[in-house]
Amino acid sequence: MSAPKTLYDKIWDAHVVSEDADGTCLLYIDRHLVHEVTSPQAFEGLRMAGRKVRAPEKTIAVPDHNVPTTLDREKGIENEESRIQVDALDKNARDFGINYYPVSDIRQGIVHIVGPEQGWTLPGMTVVCGDSHTATHGAFGALAHGIGTSEVEHVLATQTLIQKKSKNMKVEITGKLRPGVTAKDITLAVIGATGTAGGTGYVIEYCGEAIRDLSMEGRMTVCNMAIEGGARAGLIAPDETTFKYVMGRPHAPKGAQWEAALNWWKTLFTDEGAHFDKVVTLKGEEIEPVVTWGTSPEDVLPITATVPAPEDFTGGKVEAARRALDYMGLQPGQKLTDIAIDTVFIGSCTNGRIEDLRAAAAILKGKKIKDGMRAMVVPGSGLVRAQAEEEGLADIFIEAGFEWRLAGCSMCLAMNPDQLGEYERCASTSNRNFEGRQGYKGRTHLVSPAMAAAAAITGHLTDVREMMAVEEA
Amino acid sequence: MEKFTKVTGIAAPMPLVNIDTDMIIPKVFLKTIKRSGLGVHAFDEMRYDRQGNEIPDFVLNKPQYREAQILIAGDNFGCGSSREHAPWALADFGIKVIVSTSFADIFFNNSFKNGMLPIVLPQEQVDLLMKDAERGANARMTVDLEAQEITTSDGTVIKFDVDGFKKHCLLNGLDDIGLTLEKVSAIDSFETTAAQARPWV
Repeated sequence: MSAPKTLYDKIWDAHVVSEDADGTCLLYIDRHLVHEVTSPQAFEGLRMAGRKVRAPEKTIAVPDHNVPTTLDREKGIENEESRIQVDALDKNARDFGINYYPVSDIRQGIVHIVGPEQGWTLPGMTVVCGDSHTATHGAFGALAHGIGTSEVEHVLATQTLIQKKSKNMKVEITGKLRPGVTAKDITLAVIGATGTAGGTGYVIEYCGEAIRDLSMEGRMTVCNMAIEGGARAGLIAPDETTFKYVMGRPHAPKGAQWEAALNWWKTLFTDEGAHFDKVVTLKGEEIEPVVTWGTSPEDVLPITATVPAPEDFTGGKVEAARRALDYMGLQPGQKLTDIAIDTVFIGSCTNGRIEDLRAAAAILKGKKIKDGMRAMVVPGSGLVRAQAEEEGLADIFIEAGFEWRLAGCSMCLAMNPDQLGEYERCASTSNRNFEGRQGYKGRTHLVSPAMAAAAAITGHLTDVREMMAVEEA
Repeated sequence: MEKFTKVTGIAAPMPLVNIDTDMIIPKVFLKTIKRSGLGVHAFDEMRYDRQGNEIPDFVLNKPQYREAQILIAGDNFGCGSSREHAPWALADFGIKVIVSTSFADIFFNNSFKNGMLPIVLPQEQVDLLMKDAERGANARMTVDLEAQEITTSDGTVIKFDVDGFKKHCLLNGLDDIGLTLEKVSAIDSFETTAAQARPWV
């Protein structure tokens, strides 16, 4: 019998084209997702060298970072550079014959939401994209990670990547989550425990009862932020939840091929006794709703906590914490729930799926956002938006005072007009609280959709469990 | 790609940990469809005020570091997004070598593709280099890729590790795509076999 393998080992082994003596491999890529920001230079490189896209049928492009999310967007993109970038993707998709969802298509949305939604992402695949949040697709048991533009060009030309294998890390979340605690809280709590460099050099496999209990939407939220913990990729072994989600999607296999695929997918799990280089275990019942206080996703604390002092840290983190507190305009000892919020953003590839909108709407139903609060919901795709309208969620958001936008990356990275003003403070369901990320001098607190909704109502960071208790009483 | 063999130049200290790609090149500069010309915007929000004036305190604005070719940086340099605009901006500024205790994976790989050498060293050695870099224009270090050695301004020699394949590509200025296309028959045969094993892909 062969040595026990991890899920990562199995997917890796199934995709090695060739291996050199020093372990440098050529890895075959099953799906290549493309957006407008990191691809123009790669297509230009192909043109200059007279090369074609090797597998256009495995290449899927959609504009998301630059697109306006306001309802009048059919009139075009005002910013000239943004418009040129989206126009370049239109042209490149046409010239090279790749699959494409233009802005006018209802299926358009954030690339990491469109891929799974359309059934492009399947278990056991290798998936890459010129975007660090490609880790999202790991929720299906696909080996998925971000690449730079040079590698985008390499994959376009060869359908392969030059890679060395990463190490295996297991992150187990045991037991059940308590009410008010979500996938976002899991993934932030893990980063809080391991640090933003804790996963560097590893591929993480998330497992345990709390992960099994998650929907596909929740699993995507967890894997999405693997990169914020430094890991190139996060993985969750496929199971019935996965197969049910995939079945019937436009590009999922059908008939006899479905059966054949299912047979293989069911072998995609970590064998008993397989070796992990690092293991982290958290108890699901001990995870609380969390919020970030600083400018790194590792600056995470339970909502019940107070702002830390620089002296609470060691090494280079002392100075980083001092800088973060200054940037965020916070004082050590301040209660997190006392921090007033100006803006609420619900959306992004982390939390822009239907379940996220349901969770936020459940808190907002029949309520109004605080006077003067700017609040917006940006669904992750045109189809998520349509479904939310059908379920009546859009009405709840609009009645509460939220703006109901069209699909795109929006204020997650603020490349389009959706930005924070200087010193504006935002409760955001996105993935990065870096300096300037959501706008010059803008201040970001990362939270779950339910926590974002709660903050929109009260006007300050809020423990969503208190609102749930009121509702139950 | 330009060959990388040996660099002798000024090293600038950037001890802050978790310097992310949004700091290295803010998103407003990602709208370009070119690779060139980003150096003037490297570290934009740390380097300039809102009116576009230089912030004198920022290390690369100080007279002794304006020509820096080497960065000695805090832990987890280049974390965040996959934007290759980050190494494009640094390379265009003139940076050839970055030394830290750790780098984010994607940034690390992207650097090599642009003729830059990221070097990982233990904390004590990074501390030593940081101290040396803080001596300003006198901190001229030499980084020799062939010998895998850094020589500090006072002649101290520090050895470093580098992946053999990546070293080979840097020393010879090799283009990855050209190398991979030499293996096109292996890709062809993989596709044929995979199409039978997993026809749904």
